[in-house]
Amino acid sequence: MSEQTNTEYEKYYVPEQSKLPFIGSIGLFFTALGAGKTIQGEDFIGIPGGLVLTFGILVLIFMLSTWWAATIRESMSGLYSAQMSRSFRQGMLWFITSEVMFFAAFFGALFYVRILVMEWLGGSSNNAATHEFLWPEFIPNWPMEKTPGGETTTGMGAWGLPAINTAILLFSSFTLTIAHHALVEKNRATLIQFTAITAALGVIFMGLQIWEYIHAYTEMGLTLGSGIYGSTFFMLTGFHGLHVTVGTIFLIILTIRCAKGHFTPQDHFAYEAGAWYWHFVDVVWVFLFIFVYIL
Amino acid sequence: MGDHKPTGISRWLFTTNHKDIGTMYLVFSFIMFLIGGAMAMVIRAELFQPGLQFVEPNFFNQMTTLHGLIMVFGAVMPATVGLANWLIPMMIGAPDMALPRMNNWSFWILPAAFILLLSSLFMEGGAPNFGWTFYAPLSTTYGPPSTDFFIFGVHLMGISSIMGAINVIVTVFNMRAPGMTLMKMPLFVWTWLITAFLLVMVMPVLAGAVTMMLTDRHFGTSFFDAAGGGDPVMFQHIFWFFGHPEVYIMILPAFGIASAIIPTFARKKLFGYSSMVYATASIAFLSFIVWAHHMFTVGMPVKGELFFMIATMLIAVPTGVKVFNWVATMWQGSITYETPMLYAIAFVILFTIGGFSGVMLALTPVDWQYHDTYFVVAHFHYVLFPGAIFGTMAAVYYWMPKWTGRMYDEKLAKVHFWLSIVFVNLTFFPMHFSGLAGMQRRVPDYNIMFSDFNMWSSIGAFGLGLTQFLFLWILVKTCMLKKGEKATDQVWEGAEGLEFNQLPSPAPYHSFSTPPKVD
Repeated sequence: MSEQTNTEYEKYYVPEQSKLPFIGSIGLFFTALGAGKTIQGEDFIGIPGGLVLTFGILVLIFMLSTWWAATIRESMSGLYSAQMSRSFRQGMLWFITSEVMFFAAFFGALFYVRILVMEWLGGSSNNAATHEFLWPEFIPNWPMEKTPGGETTTGMGAWGLPAINTAILLFSSFTLTIAHHALVEKNRATLIQFTAITAALGVIFMGLQIWEYIHAYTEMGLTLGSGIYGSTFFMLTGFHGLHVTVGTIFLIILTIRCAKGHFTPQDHFAYEAGAWYWHFVDVVWVFLFIFVYIL
Repeated sequence: MGDHKPTGISRWLFTTNHKDIGTMYLVFSFIMFLIGGAMAMVIRAELFQPGLQFVEPNFFNQMTTLHGLIMVFGAVMPATVGLANWLIPMMIGAPDMALPRMNNWSFWILPAAFILLLSSLFMEGGAPNFGWTFYAPLSTTYGPPSTDFFIFGVHLMGISSIMGAINVIVTVFNMRAPGMTLMKMPLFVWTWLITAFLLVMVMPVLAGAVTMMLTDRHFGTSFFDAAGGGDPVMFQHIFWFFGHPEVYIMILPAFGIASAIIPTFARKKLFGYSSMVYATASIAFLSFIVWAHHMFTVGMPVKGELFFMIATMLIAVPTGVKVFNWVATMWQGSITYETPMLYAIAFVILFTIGGFSGVMLALTPVDWQYHDTYFVVAHFHYVLFPGAIFGTMAAVYYWMPKWTGRMYDEKLAKVHFWLSIVFVNLTFFPMHFSGLAGMQRRVPDYNIMFSDFNMWSSIGAFGLGLTQFLFLWILVKTCMLKKGEKATDQVWEGAEGLEFNQLPSPAPYHSFSTPPKVD
């Protein structure tokens, strides 16, 4: 084989054997098994489903934290080339793409219901008989405050808590960008402060979101079971909230790593990944705010 | 770096080596192929004669459901992922896949997922029985309790596929040897890259669909319940938005395999390389806008039916480009008929038959007649068995000498081929006729007028099933008993590509720790 002069290609770090992936699969297996048993209220060889689920999740958490700790160690000891960090970057971008498609499924359901199903249930096109014989009382409108089956609920307004939450998330993207610039300009104090502020904003957002849910459940009669309006509302905002939680944990870890002096202006893949993830969560929220709350 | 291999079971459990992981994928896929095949035998035994012979209708439905799920997610997809793992790094001159540990994780999730899915057979109420398409409300309101484990199994398969796909994309974009430009990549790499895009785009949608099913079943949501303002038809839209690209996920890698094998044995360069790339990309793009052709009879607006009919027929154009290119590659070549070539030629011809019946099904008014009949079963088995699975078998015969350093038993392999091709046609060709005459799929009993066609199909299926044990024996003989003459480094006289020109046979455990130079 010919001599290679391009140093970029000189070595690609192929890790030695690792037990983590296999442990992760065991964790996933028990998580799925436990979740199924929990839902059905059953035991698995005498162990309650909830316990199996907890065990699975704990194994997963252990595995993922060990894995990431290992990659941080490898990164800090200089095993990663520029090519390696490109692999990570591209991998993260495609991961976020897949997340976008996950949300697209739920947004797709929302649009399908609002544009087509509402009208059809109201008897448009060739659905006159459906309306006439099954649910003659049904009046199609959105938010759907009375389902064809007769469940009632109240629509969630946009301009109270949700608007404040929108402002919080948009502002958090702004603070995160300041922090990122500080990282590139080697301004460590600003970096730590603003990353921490961003994480704090995430926590505040989640607090308000939980408050909104409690309000919806206890005072507005808006629950997961309130017809398709409740289904789309809680599934979209719920999965978003889950992603905010993950993003916030990510940011907290980044804050700790910044405080420990990790990351250089040239090489800070994990920081970028966290920032991308946070911006992605932010953009999803903007769509949510428009299509779930305002329109 | 030495060529040391870890030994014992831990080599396989904890590996980060793309060849080991590829092998595990292929072995797993073959096991699933036999399990899914056994279920097909149950189906064909029951359908050998009209009337109920061997199994209860409910169990019959469980068999059709699990047969489909296992073959799609357990046999075909892992087989192509296994080939991708083995071949892509060698083909582009990379030391390994870009993310080796994640690679191993995406494999080991699969056994977990399929233990969950298969365990449903032994649960109260039996396994899922609503068909592999798990339409609501069959799977929501009326699904057996084991449906929940099916749902979580699908989640796990999705996680595995997405990680595997991300790995392929990153490897192809970032790990190519210097000089290996995108338009110099072997077509197998191209088709897999595009397959990986499809996976990243649609597997999350499938995850969304099963999540909605789960919440409809247990948490009171009304996604697929009209009384709550949802719509069961919406399930079909979401499912087929995943499901149609999924069929290309299964067949595109086989396109790449045919494009590698045919030039070798025709001893000519592949005709129209760049048009092959563009055709593959067009097929992938079109696959996103044709999904509702699976649901023409569900009561869509006529405008929708027209759009999906025309979009679907458009797919025949890039697919035709590919078929013409394969034929043109063979044209005036000095062809020899070793087993991989036989499989590749059979692939081109029989896949085209499946493609033609697909164009027939794309016609809305005609589909109203064909929908959910054995004509559809014939159509998709022609693109999947002689398409995707023959493609995989061709690939195994073609690259096995490179993997193991030994030639397989050519005589036995030819027997395997001829038995397979006779039985595959005997099994699936009569289904066209029984389907056109109106025989419905997924029903254990049928009118006596379909008896002859079904008897032939069943005889063919049993033969086809038994023939695969010959395949197993050939594999065991070459890979485990290490019989067969030594393969040369180039293996085949006309073989091109880094894996044949730059690596010895068998390929070393770590190939290309320094990248080769590609001109």
